[in-house]
Amino acid sequence: MRPIILGLIVLNAAGLAGGVSANDNYVRIPGGEFKSALKYEDTQGKVAVAPFELMRTPVTNAQFLDFVTKNPPWQRRKVVPVFAEARYLSHWSSPLQLGTNAKPQQPVVNVSWFAASAYCEAHGARLPTWSEWEYSAAADGTRRDARNDPAWREQILGWYAKPSNAPLSPVGQSPANVYGVKDLHGLVWEWTEDYASMLVSADNRTQGEQDRLKFCGAGAIAMDDRENYAVLMRVAMLSAMEAANITSNLGFRCAKSLP
Amino acid sequence: MKIFVCAALLFFSGVALAAKPLPDDSIYQLQDIYLNQDGKAFQLASRRGKPQLVAMFYTSCKYICPLIIDSGLGVDHALTPAERAKLQVLLISLDPTRDVVAALDYIASKRKLDRRRWTLARTEKSGVRKTAALLGVRYRELADGEFNHTSALILLDADGRVLARTEKLGSVPDAEFLAKVKAALARP
Repeated sequence: MRPIILGLIVLNAAGLAGGVSANDNYVRIPGGEFKSALKYEDTQGKVAVAPFELMRTPVTNAQFLDFVTKNPPWQRRKVVPVFAEARYLSHWSSPLQLGTNAKPQQPVVNVSWFAASAYCEAHGARLPTWSEWEYSAAADGTRRDARNDPAWREQILGWYAKPSNAPLSPVGQSPANVYGVKDLHGLVWEWTEDYASMLVSADNRTQGEQDRLKFCGAGAIAMDDRENYAVLMRVAMLSAMEAANITSNLGFRCAKSLP
Repeated sequence: MKIFVCAALLFFSGVALAAKPLPDDSIYQLQDIYLNQDGKAFQLASRRGKPQLVAMFYTSCKYICPLIIDSGLGVDHALTPAERAKLQVLLISLDPTRDVVAALDYIASKRKLDRRRWTLARTEKSGVRKTAALLGVRYRELADGEFNHTSALILLDADGRVLARTEKLGSVPDAEFLAKVKAALARP
């Protein structure tokens, strides 16, 4: 009996040494009102964001491996196709091993919206809403809203000009914004809780009067801020996704409401 | 002896049926808890056994949502009594804040829905998002508490797999969709 117990202790110690943090690292984001790059027909784009907590960095491969280890239905071979398409976590060498193509500190990608939601729920959290994400991502190192600064916009657009086939950097390499959040730009795309609410158009590719009939109430959202390409590219990308889809540069981070 | 064997076979086949895992592509894989108009809790998997019409709606909606109920009733009316008895209808609310059990109960009575076959249901916000994602319904809550949403009537088979969907709503059913409903009900 004793050797088994010893073995378990050794395994545990190895897990800790691997740098797998048991607690995700959250920062508090003060609430406020801001103008979205999306022109919501009901508020003309004005959005009130309540104070919340957001993970400092996107969820890593190591953190996600810990999650699937404890939650077998989310392992690559076991997940059902309604929740994740076949390429889910396909960059890992096996269902419970990262292998050479997935470093522990790289952001996890190839995860579906359902899997990302389940990860956050398992940690007593949720995905951030689009408004929370956009609000947090409007900040730079010193200002809560740097979006009108042409230099800041150039910097963000620089990322999109880089080829996307280079390996992803580890999380946390970029400078923190004014809230202490990192990697909102320049690393991966991120799922949001209500990504499907961006009714850019009904089937998300076509446009036209006939689509308006599919909506209860008013029509589709318009893009209000043509200069803010970086955010608009995200909206276009997210609104084309289904919740079981994955891509090799789409990850996520979690958020928590404050009581 | 023969009788005993038959009884045993019946018993075991019954057990096997109940224990049969859900198909991988069934939306009944979702494990969130819903409440119906009578306040009874259920999971989607408990709806196994009969084909089902599913849609999302909310009770305070003034325009399209009454049309969603009309559409379900339209399909009902186009069926023979025998077909109708085999079809279940599940309408899930987009608005868990206002659609408490009493609100669902009120609409079920007001629209004179057959409660043996029709279920109006609510679940928590995160469950609403997941349900909508599985059904391909997109929605956004507006500042005034109304919702923008795409509207669809979806036909599930007895195991919760999507067989057909239509976005042509109204009290006169979409003919192509109706044909698929009848075909699903004709299966043994």
